[in-house]
Amino acid sequence: MVWRTATVAQVIEESPSARTLVLDVPEWPGHRAGQHVDVRLTAEDGYQAERSYSIASAPESSTLQLTVEVIADGEVSPYLGQEVRAGDRLEVRGPIGGHFSWTVSDGGPLLLVGGGSGLVPLMSMLRHRASQASEVEARLLVSARSQDDLLYRAELGELDPAAGLAVFQTYTRTAPPGWSGWQRRVDASMLAEVDPGPGAHCFVCGPTPFVEGVTHLLVAAGHENHRIHAERFGPTGG
Amino acid sequence: MPAFSRGFHGRRDPAVDPSRIPPGQYLTPDFPVLSAGPTPYVATADWSLTIDGAVDAPLTWSWDALLALRSETFTVDIHCVTKWSKLDTTWTGVALDTLLEGVGTEADYVTAWCDGDYTTNVPLDDLRGGRAWIVHTYGGEPLAPEHGGPARLLVPHLYFWKSAKWVRRLTLTIDDEPGFWEAAGYHNYGDPWREQRYWND
Repeated sequence: MVWRTATVAQVIEESPSARTLVLDVPEWPGHRAGQHVDVRLTAEDGYQAERSYSIASAPESSTLQLTVEVIADGEVSPYLGQEVRAGDRLEVRGPIGGHFSWTVSDGGPLLLVGGGSGLVPLMSMLRHRASQASEVEARLLVSARSQDDLLYRAELGELDPAAGLAVFQTYTRTAPPGWSGWQRRVDASMLAEVDPGPGAHCFVCGPTPFVEGVTHLLVAAGHENHRIHAERFGPTGG
Repeated sequence: MPAFSRGFHGRRDPAVDPSRIPPGQYLTPDFPVLSAGPTPYVATADWSLTIDGAVDAPLTWSWDALLALRSETFTVDIHCVTKWSKLDTTWTGVALDTLLEGVGTEADYVTAWCDGDYTTNVPLDDLRGGRAWIVHTYGGEPLAPEHGGPARLLVPHLYFWKSAKWVRRLTLTIDDEPGFWEAAGYHNYGDPWREQRYWND
């Protein structure tokens, strides 16, 4: 698969620890919502480092957008999340991963569950759905530590609930003042309120313990294995 | 050589022997979990392993029968296509050489079938010669479900998706049949040292 030299057109601050890189990629072949890319950096002495990042933008977008959460002791994410600025170039190749992806023709209902930056590939799906003016029933449950950590906060608020979309949030560490919603980790009763029922296309993305827990609950709630798409990141935590 | 990335220096650990890190990989002290769906939980009492397909006679081992076979404890490096590598991982299990003893076959390929509907394909030769095992123990402990327990295939000289978690059946085939990831854009063979991650790599 070929590497393409992307140019950073814009950098968007999404949270205290995450930024979106808006990339111009010549001859980008297009992607399905939910897929990811490989990014390769090259130091002056020729040393290279590669990592994978989910695509945040819809396939319909003219730019390729990656949202990168900075991992404190990481090698690549601090560079992408703090150092990179408009005009810089980096190499990307993709799209990669056909399993964790969705297109409006796949139909619904959709059950999207994201933990932290696990929201990124799910946002690509919702942006794709909105671009296509799809009214496929979609439920999004986002778990964030706090409101500051919630990615795409303004955009999530603007997504049209009339078009069959419902967005649910839970804050696991600090809730904003006046918040009367959920303030705990995702559990069975929370999922039961969000769940559109059997037959849903389920997509779960987040840190490994989060995804292990949520997918286990979905199986227990009667969702079929092959409809539960999972993407995990980070250490096992155990 | 591509243009360098302004301000990127990278992190090089002088204690790491670079000859052990395949191109594009980085070391992790963690043990990340990559699975396409939920983790299946299978009790060892309900578990069995079958070798079937283009064989003279299929063979099946119960959990106890597997444990009764000659086991090996060994230390290898593992390389995941998502870029992480982990050195000096210690496993215990049964060599495929042992399981394939006495299996008459004309097959050149194997498809591993797993709980959770996962499949992967490997040339039969790659499972021979002390290069592949069915492992049930990691670091002296029973293999955790999220890492493929009760038992997984281990083929450490290929990218780690070939080391199928929750393996239950090895079907020997005359023709090569792409598995789950192999049909979804990932390389059919997956040699980390040749960086065979994706189709056409």
